Amino acid sequence: MSTIALNTSSAVGKAAAGNAEAPVRIAVRNLNFYYGDFRSLKDINLDFYDRQVTALIGPSGCGKSTLLRTFNRIYSLYPEQRADGEILLDGQNVLSQNIDVNELRARVGMVFQKPTPFPMSIYDNIAFGIKLYERLPKSELDGRVEEALRKAALWDEAKDKLRQSGMSLSGGQQQRLCIARTIAQKPEVILLDEPTSALDPISTGKIEELIEQLRSEFTIVIVTHNMQQAARISQFTAFMYLGELVEFGPTTKMFMNPAKKQTQDYITGRFG
Amino acid sequence: MVALSQERLVSSTDAPVRRFSPPTFDRIFRFASLASALLVLIVLLGIIGSMIYGGWPAFSEFGLSFITSNVWNVNEDQYGAWVAIVGTLTTALIALVIGVPLSLGIAIFLTQLCPPWLKRPVATTIELLAAVPSIIYGMWGLFVFAPLFANYVQIPVSNIVEGMPIVGTILYARTPSGVGILTAGIILAIMIIPFIASIARDILDQIPSVLRESAYGIGCTTWEVVRNVLVPQAGVSIIGAIMLGLGRALGETMAVTFVVGNANRLSGSLFDPGSTIASRIANEFNEAIGLQLNALMALGCILFLVTFTVLVLARLLVSRVKVG
Repeated sequence: MSTIALNTSSAVGKAAAGNAEAPVRIAVRNLNFYYGDFRSLKDINLDFYDRQVTALIGPSGCGKSTLLRTFNRIYSLYPEQRADGEILLDGQNVLSQNIDVNELRARVGMVFQKPTPFPMSIYDNIAFGIKLYERLPKSELDGRVEEALRKAALWDEAKDKLRQSGMSLSGGQQQRLCIARTIAQKPEVILLDEPTSALDPISTGKIEELIEQLRSEFTIVIVTHNMQQAARISQFTAFMYLGELVEFGPTTKMFMNPAKKQTQDYITGRFG
Repeated sequence: MVALSQERLVSSTDAPVRRFSPPTFDRIFRFASLASALLVLIVLLGIIGSMIYGGWPAFSEFGLSFITSNVWNVNEDQYGAWVAIVGTLTTALIALVIGVPLSLGIAIFLTQLCPPWLKRPVATTIELLAAVPSIIYGMWGLFVFAPLFANYVQIPVSNIVEGMPIVGTILYARTPSGVGILTAGIILAIMIIPFIASIARDILDQIPSVLRESAYGIGCTTWEVVRNVLVPQAGVSIIGAIMLGLGRALGETMAVTFVVGNANRLSGSLFDPGSTIASRIANEFNEAIGLQLNALMALGCILFLVTFTVLVLARLLVSRVKVG
């Protein structure tokens, strides 16, 4: 167990220190979430800072993915799921009835556990999302597609086969395609739901590098099961357990010197 | 007694109890199941063989003109299949044009939009539609639908389009009786909806929900998700589902015989009576002798060949995506 703690602490050194001076981008206030009658999030209060990576960690079923899924209201596809409380994105409550969810989802992009390329060409996978909200001339659209692929570190591998199906890429490339698709829409926030859980270590490394670079432009929230990953790439960490937020703070502090014993036990692998 | 002796056996020798099953029984069992499987194949080959044998005199008498000729004259023993072939294809095509959009609409509603409490009633209704015997569709089509269709569609539409180019031919009813090619197509559409809808629903259900979520996740509306992501993802297996419906529409006999009008002439109008291969066979088989019987057999061969090809292609397309 102590080796894990050691690895983790050495990894923490690499990530940039959290900047609590950064403005708050998303403020969660008294958030409760229900699957039917089951209350799976209990009075969550949490701030996410502008252009910082915040990791949500905790054992399976603790509600971290559920929390992530409230930010773009993707849960509302399922009629038995509902949320109450407030999620303020730049001061605007995204849970309010008069929010246009489609527009919200273009502002708050999401990448899932498994790569989900759409059944169309690599080029169209990215252009499709842009065209939903912007009417651009062809040359400008080409530029946006290239820019997104470059930012997702996929341009060199994909530039010669833009017309091929997105399915023809490897798993790791597909996941970077999904990230490219998300950033092409110029969102404010990117939600990553265990984005590397289906990938091999090399692809995982590339995605982590990518997240580090994207931080300069986007506010990023990532759910991860991998403690080292949280330590490597995030500036802030929130530890959740049984639907409650146990502890939140700068990643360095959370991993080196957590305030609560429960957090300590989890990150050193004593349970979970 | 048996239990007692077994118990004694175990306690005395300490060996595990061995139940005796003679190896010959297993061999018989294997042979029986192989035979049941082969029987289907033999029956199928037998049907094909006897159809070809029965139809051969007609094929050799008329050659290729059996297919291309539109004369079907029992008195002069002249037979050509063209009218029936065209009627079969036209009614099936009409059925697809009407039935496919409705079926896809049903499948999309059931898998994407339907509130959970409504799912079961709608799905059950669709499946019940498949359980209605085709004779019922035929009777309903002839006695209920056809008169209404004549009064409220054929007559008014004919009055409007009379004299117009193209539509004046296609949609003009010389004798607005309600029965005809279009009526048969509409009845067929209702009959194939449950097949296409339930297979399309299964196919859409198999698409991982995470793909659907990521399409909504970039801000797609429901229409955009369905149109650009789900239907292309289902792809060829949707075409397979449609072809299964087509196979059924091509071969359907009873309902079509009631409403198609059974006229042996080629008409440019969809409102006019016509006939299909299946309806022709059903109408004439009772009194057919000699070359007429051979010609009907030959018609059957053509229908069999067409539906068999369509169904094989459909199965291939549907199974291709289920594996992948």
